[in-house]
Amino acid sequence: MKISRREFLKRTAAIAGTTLIGSGVAAHAGEKLDPSILSTGNTANERNWKIWVDRHKAGVSDERHGVLVDTTLCIGCRRCEWACNEWNKNPNRPIKEFEASVNEAKSVFDKARRMHAGNFTVVNRFKSSKDGKPIYVKRQCMHCEDPGCLSSCFVDAYRKSEKGSVLYNPSVCIGCRYCMLACPFDVPAYEYHEALNPQITKCTMCFDRITKEGFVPACVEICPAGVMRFGKREDLINLAHEKIRSNPGKYVDHVYGEHEVGGTSWLYLSSVPFNQIGFRTDIGKTPIPKLSKGYLFMVKMFEIVGAWPLVFGAYYAISKARKVKASHEISAEKKGEGHGEKH
Amino acid sequence: MAKNTNSWFREKILLGMTPRDYIISNVTLPNFIAAAILGVAVSVMVYRLFAGLGPSTNLSDNYAWGLWIGFDILVGIALAAPGLTLGTAVHLFGMKEYHHFVRPAILSSLLGYIFAVFALMFDLGRYYRIPYLLGWSWGFSSILFLIGWHFFLYINICLIEWSPALFEWLNLKKYREFFSRLAIWATIFGVIIAGGHQSALGGLYLITPGKLHPLWYSMLLPVFFLLSAVFAGIGMVIVESTISHRVFKKQLQHLDHTAYDKLVVGLGKATASALFVYFILKMFDLGHSENFHYLATPYGYWYLVEIIGFVLFPAFLFVSAARKQNATLTRFAGLLTVLGVILNRLNISVIAYNWNFPASMKYHPKWSEFALTIGVITMLILAYRFIVNRMAIMYDHPDYESAH
Repeated sequence: MKISRREFLKRTAAIAGTTLIGSGVAAHAGEKLDPSILSTGNTANERNWKIWVDRHKAGVSDERHGVLVDTTLCIGCRRCEWACNEWNKNPNRPIKEFEASVNEAKSVFDKARRMHAGNFTVVNRFKSSKDGKPIYVKRQCMHCEDPGCLSSCFVDAYRKSEKGSVLYNPSVCIGCRYCMLACPFDVPAYEYHEALNPQITKCTMCFDRITKEGFVPACVEICPAGVMRFGKREDLINLAHEKIRSNPGKYVDHVYGEHEVGGTSWLYLSSVPFNQIGFRTDIGKTPIPKLSKGYLFMVKMFEIVGAWPLVFGAYYAISKARKVKASHEISAEKKGEGHGEKH
Repeated sequence: MAKNTNSWFREKILLGMTPRDYIISNVTLPNFIAAAILGVAVSVMVYRLFAGLGPSTNLSDNYAWGLWIGFDILVGIALAAPGLTLGTAVHLFGMKEYHHFVRPAILSSLLGYIFAVFALMFDLGRYYRIPYLLGWSWGFSSILFLIGWHFFLYINICLIEWSPALFEWLNLKKYREFFSRLAIWATIFGVIIAGGHQSALGGLYLITPGKLHPLWYSMLLPVFFLLSAVFAGIGMVIVESTISHRVFKKQLQHLDHTAYDKLVVGLGKATASALFVYFILKMFDLGHSENFHYLATPYGYWYLVEIIGFVLFPAFLFVSAARKQNATLTRFAGLLTVLGVILNRLNISVIAYNWNFPASMKYHPKWSEFALTIGVITMLILAYRFIVNRMAIMYDHPDYESAH
């Protein structure tokens, strides 16, 4: 009897163990151990947040900056990805491996990628509908003028800096991941493989660099093809339109980011319509926060104004119930008296 | 001597049995199944806490919310609306003939919210920081902030509404009187708070145009969620009372079954009107947003299944059941209504979310996600049974009957 019970416990433990461990292995295998998905413990967001807090306390004023990306110039060398990983201390590989992708028969370009916990920018490849040549498109946080992530955060962990960067504060984040739903560009990524202290990670437009005189974001600095230009947002918009005007036929007449969801700090030029190179063109010009603002106002009005009739109604109902009760008591007393008289 | 010290525990917790008898009385097949489910669910919970969301779920950067939000929160809270609907009908509109349904409804709301929030703790990355939301860092522009606070308030409201039953059980007359008097105020706040956050759950998806399929995305999402919570709430009362009247038959020996069936049919009528209003609004919305061309796509067919098979059809069933005074048909329609709400919430949170993704990139829950969800539902049912077996939920407490 004793032996069989022990044996039973042993077997149960073994089954439970293999199920759990087995499932863990399967999950990792499915993601092919992509270091950018497995990455945890990035400190770039925290560091940049602290810089923002210091500057905010000191009352430093900034002008709105941004980056103009001319996708027609990009050669797909992916050095920006390398430089970004390097500066933000994300998992990295030798720069040669990044540069090699463009010439490989099978490469990371075969599938459109997105940002994950351990990479803040990716370059994707599309085929031009005009001439069949590849078009390379660098993606990262667009740094919205009126960010959806900021308004969606229920612990107020996001800020739009005057300089243009949208920054995230890991020290208050609860990890609800609503900002990931709110972002129309699918930018915020989450440390799914951190059990105890997971955070959101995203591009900060190198806030720690651009707030220093003469510095530009790491990706802009390393670009050998002059795809990106860092500057004041207003100047960049003028420059973009100037480029479109002076090169008839080269670009579509659309600066992506000028008006999308209320405008973004990163602006794009393209030779083909933007929905052909992985950009959402159905997101409209309304800033994401505006979509929920009206509703929030209505709820507040309902809860503050609508509450009063309900409260008075209840008060009325209670007092009425008391009167009924009192009249019952009186009639009961009368009955009692009548009863007494009879006796 | 030992018997004396144990007497309170024996009377209140063990239903008057000796520990040995109590354990023997609980060795049943349903309990064994429940124990097996809980065993798996608890191991998944432990695994989630130690390995993180990555290994324990199929969530990804594209699908940040999966079954644990879609079912445990969106479905769970909608189905926990009985307290809102019945509490309002009886306490505010004075429909006293339905008072028999109120206590089970309030209990299911209370437990529904508590276990929904419990399940949420496993979805949140830093669950231990949940107090930040209440007292440290306030995101006023977030609909989720509103929901978080409202959950907190509403659980307290449900506790107040439920507490008379607790104090009757504990024989604390004074407390019972005090909290009974608070109940009407709790109900009023409950209507405001529950109405606010039921609609807010739909409001969560206002900021996801382009990700949520146009047939489901609408500026009226909060209205749709509130309305469907109303019929989910009443439908759930019908379904739940059907089940609990079978399970707790012994407690209901004095019940007048024909009168009771009449009330069920009456609840069905109320559900039908909410369903019709919802359906008409949905059609207006479809016409206004000019989305007709989506109807001839797979997502369109799926939308029609939801809106005709689980909204319009049960509405007609309720009406026909009311004409024939057929309580069985009402119960079947109630079940369809509840299933329809479950389908609607899962469509919005999972199935029609990221609708423009190819099938290979779409999210499907991992077995462990199902296991945890089923485990939490099991816990809820066990807690419900524990309380109903001990407190005056299904019947009026003999010592306090005059209160009604």
